[in-house]
Amino acid sequence: MTDASIQTQTEPGEAQFGDFVALLKPRVMSLVVFTAAVGLLAAPGGVHPFLAFFAVLCIAIGGGASGALNMWYDADIDRIMKRTKGRPIPSGRVTPQDALAIGLTLSGFSVVMLGLASNWVAAGLLAFTIFFYAVIYTMWLKRWTPQNIVIGGAAGAFPPMIGWAVVTGGVSLESVLMFALTFMWTPPHFWALALFMKSDYEEAGVPMLTVTHGRRTTRRHVLAYTILLAPVAIGLGFTSIGGPIYLSAAVIMNALFLKGAWDILRRDEDAAEADKYKVEKRFFAFSLLYLFLHFGAILAEAALRPWGLGGW
Amino acid sequence: MSFREEHELHKRRFGRNLGLGLVLIVFVSLVFGLTIVKVSQNPIQLPAQGGTE
Repeated sequence: MTDASIQTQTEPGEAQFGDFVALLKPRVMSLVVFTAAVGLLAAPGGVHPFLAFFAVLCIAIGGGASGALNMWYDADIDRIMKRTKGRPIPSGRVTPQDALAIGLTLSGFSVVMLGLASNWVAAGLLAFTIFFYAVIYTMWLKRWTPQNIVIGGAAGAFPPMIGWAVVTGGVSLESVLMFALTFMWTPPHFWALALFMKSDYEEAGVPMLTVTHGRRTTRRHVLAYTILLAPVAIGLGFTSIGGPIYLSAAVIMNALFLKGAWDILRRDEDAAEADKYKVEKRFFAFSLLYLFLHFGAILAEAALRPWGLGGW
Repeated sequence: MSFREEHELHKRRFGRNLGLGLVLIVFVSLVFGLTIVKVSQNPIQLPAQGGTE
């Protein structure tokens, strides 16, 4: 092969290794890693530390692969939205074909390796999660219904359930409630974001609730889902993975979250515009802390259990 | 005698190739580690020599 057969033209936007990493949505991956690790560590029994590390890595890569598939399919709308136009495909650094190939390859690899390292229930759940995010959410719901993120949020809620299945080989009330916690948390989290990132979704034509039903309805929905979230979050405290630490954290965090949702409901657009969506932005930031502290408290209960301190 | 000058293409893609190389090394190490753990957890049962059958 001669140099003449290689593409040697200088391309200012040529992909670097970091661009391929960016395809995997590292920030989303960090949430996946954390919740999956908590699900795994809170599960009764245990696995070899290396297998636990390997399983969480597979779950993270599976999550990243679904992110790459999402970026491949959504490249057209990512080009329009301010928040996403710097992503590797719309900016021209990675070709859509490369993103698709990486997404499919890593999906297959992560599922098979997780199955070999742990069990096929966990691997099946990971495969379903990737399918759910890439096909059900990205290709179907996202551009079709304003309830897109309600159902699509399930994809982000599976990791603790997968972590639990790695150890137990099955599904139980505790893992279903951990799933429900993230599932119910997603709508208020994203709708708060949609309230202060409004122009992006409108321009891209994504049927976000703020666009289809108006901002007043969105504010009501934020409160409604925050109310529905509270019993799930507090109920988890009475299961085998809960305990006084978790329950105290859940009661305080849910009271504050409800107060935030109530504040969002009481505001009108003029007030929000006047202070540049201060309350909505604060609620969004608090939602991240909310989820982190809930899973952190489950982890604390599990970590203290060997000393007879955690749990009921 | 001098070494041939490195092509501009290689310089441009150095980071990408280095990253991919490291990923492959990590992957091989992980599979090796997985094999060691799996084998030590479930030792291979060899058939007994001269057993009564």
